[in-house]
Amino acid sequence: MGDGQEAEVGVVRVEDRRSAPRRVLITGLSTYWGGRLAQALEQSEAVEAIVGVDNRDPTRELERTEFVRVGTQHALLRRIVEAAEIDTVVDSRLVVDSVTTSPRKAHENNVIGTMNILAACSGSSVRRFVFKSSAHYYGTAQDDPAFFTESMGRPHPPTTRIERDIVEAEATVRDFAEKSPHVTTTIMRFANVLGPDVRTSHTTLFSLPVVPTILGFDPRYQFVHEDDVVAALGHAVFADIPGIHNIAADGVLALTEVIDLLGKRWAPVLPPWGTGLTAAVLRRLGLRIPPEMLGQLRFGRGLDNRKLKATGFAYRYTTRETVIALAEYLRLYPVTRDVAEPFRYEREVEDFLRWSPHVKNPAYRSQPLLSTPEAEELSRLAAAHAERTGTPGGASSVEQAETLVRAARADEVERDAAVARASGRSNGQEQSPAAPMERYDDLEPGEVISLLGSLETGDLLALRDHERAASARPRILAAIDGVLARREAAKGA
Amino acid sequence: MPEAARTSLRVRDPEVPDIGARPGLPARRDDDMRPYLPGVEPERQLNDWGRSERVEGFMDRTLVDFFYHHWFRVEVEGIENVPATGGAMVVSNHSGALPPDAPMIAKAIKEEHPHPRPLNITVEHFFKGYPGFSMLIPKMGCVAAHPANVQRLLYDEQQLVLVFPEGRKGTEKLYKDRYRLRRFGRGGFVDAAMRARVPIVPVCVVGAEEAAPIFAHLTPLAKLTGLTYFPITPTFPHFGLLGMLGYLPAKFRIRFLEPFHFDAEGLNEDKALVQTVAQEIRARIQENVWEMVKKRKSVWFG
Repeated sequence: MGDGQEAEVGVVRVEDRRSAPRRVLITGLSTYWGGRLAQALEQSEAVEAIVGVDNRDPTRELERTEFVRVGTQHALLRRIVEAAEIDTVVDSRLVVDSVTTSPRKAHENNVIGTMNILAACSGSSVRRFVFKSSAHYYGTAQDDPAFFTESMGRPHPPTTRIERDIVEAEATVRDFAEKSPHVTTTIMRFANVLGPDVRTSHTTLFSLPVVPTILGFDPRYQFVHEDDVVAALGHAVFADIPGIHNIAADGVLALTEVIDLLGKRWAPVLPPWGTGLTAAVLRRLGLRIPPEMLGQLRFGRGLDNRKLKATGFAYRYTTRETVIALAEYLRLYPVTRDVAEPFRYEREVEDFLRWSPHVKNPAYRSQPLLSTPEAEELSRLAAAHAERTGTPGGASSVEQAETLVRAARADEVERDAAVARASGRSNGQEQSPAAPMERYDDLEPGEVISLLGSLETGDLLALRDHERAASARPRILAAIDGVLARREAAKGA
Repeated sequence: MPEAARTSLRVRDPEVPDIGARPGLPARRDDDMRPYLPGVEPERQLNDWGRSERVEGFMDRTLVDFFYHHWFRVEVEGIENVPATGGAMVVSNHSGALPPDAPMIAKAIKEEHPHPRPLNITVEHFFKGYPGFSMLIPKMGCVAAHPANVQRLLYDEQQLVLVFPEGRKGTEKLYKDRYRLRRFGRGGFVDAAMRARVPIVPVCVVGAEEAAPIFAHLTPLAKLTGLTYFPITPTFPHFGLLGMLGYLPAKFRIRFLEPFHFDAEGLNEDKALVQTVAQEIRARIQENVWEMVKKRKSVWFG
């Protein structure tokens, strides 16, 4: 597609160079964007922890993201933020399509929800707040500029409920940004999204055999590809980009051009006067055109996307390529419509796979991939073990790793036993338990924590003793306690 | 039309300061955004402003070509004053019910200039809201006269922009007021050119007043149709909508004057200077128009 890149749905690699590890909270995990972003962040080694909250079940398959079922109660969110030492919050909940829910629920979610999340963040460990907003902020009017820049206000007050909600929500975020100068606050205003996976009102409109337009109008349209949306949110997580940013693909197309690219026909069936009335009639007939879309069908909208590009972000698709991606999907859809089953979140299964000691297959462990420091650590252990025993590795790399870990563990157990014997002999003396391995204290907390899951309970207890006595890093201690408590709980159940 | 929807190049919408601008750090200037302009996709038929080479080329080959060469028999002076590269604002006097001056100036640059360049014609926001016009006008190279649009075209894209500072006051003036320039807006065009640091090329057009004279206005009909005005011309309304194109065969003369240069930064901060330059440009065009009318022996043959 476009520049010949593989477009695999659900896998967006986000740039994570030059950044310290992030501990991310995603609010609205079960929205399309929350799920997609979590999936993308899971691929990144620079993300240490991903916690997602929502009051519905996740809609996408997640590997290491922790899901907590909670709405936007700020007291509960605050406890999660504090407990998990979250430093980055991505708010992906905003409802930008009035067709998807009732106006009252949308208002509750967009305005009150945002207020609550900001309340949970202010004065906490959070250092980065990314707010997913929408270009509906600008609205559509006759005297709009051809390209909105971030510093432009709306020329007129909002006319639709969704626009009013978005303006109000952004005002709350702006207020938060002014009062919390130590938090990098990013507002991202996204243009209309299209793509092979996401469903919006525009997808519905373009799926019709004949696309209705307003007689005498050919508005300018700018889209952004779903993968670019995820990548842009990820970009905001890693690159500190304070301020408002427009996210829209390069190129503005006329609506007739879009419909031509989709290989459809257009019919100017909506009258220029009394358009709202006709839309109401169509709504009765089953075609729901939201009011904010009527404005776009009349006047269109263009965004200036250069500010985000200047921060080092590169779009993978232009508007034209985005439309072509949708066209390809629409052509394939009649063939594949029943093939893929939608993902269902099964809480018990997820818990079993994550916490049960019986899950032995490394592919299902909560840390399925070895990060670079882990791999280095493993190879060091392997070298030491090989030196001592003189045995080369097994057949497959997984088996090899497994044997090595087991052997290393045996070594440690042996050493711990020796330590216990030694400390038993020299009782009364204040002596710290020996380090579980050489240069243990030089390891980063993140590296240690990522290894905890693979240790036996006895080793964990020993490690905790050592840590308490030696450097007493609170994050490691809390993590050890957490793993132990979880194992207790699993045993109890 | 409500006051808020009036078209003007004066910066009118309050700028909302960006969040997160750290104290002590200079705000990012718009200057360095030029490298990030979107690239050109050769497969596309329209550019990002909605301009269609196909529609424009078709009009150019047929209607505009006929009017330029055979109907108005346009004569051009001083075409060398239009710069061959870089942004420039072309400022002209304005007249006619459906003004024929804009396409003739664009065609003159296309025909006579050693480096023909497309001309972006700024039009009122009214056209974007009126069915039919909204569809056709951008495809022929017209852009709404919004200060942000003019800034992007002049500064970022380094293009030619045609501005009529008289605006509607110029086109709706009656035949008895011909060749008397109206007020030049509020000087917004000078402000825009200074902000973009591009020269202003004043242009005088003689002949357009006689080609499409307006004898009276039917205000109630204008209200009824939602048009900005409803004129009575020699051919409109009794010949129907096509009567709007029923121009009389007056001889056209277009004279490009010496450009005004604004190279220094921040000139537009000086509002007195902006007004002075605006008046100076208006006076220069007015003088030249009267001189051209004085030299003209016949309205129809030049």
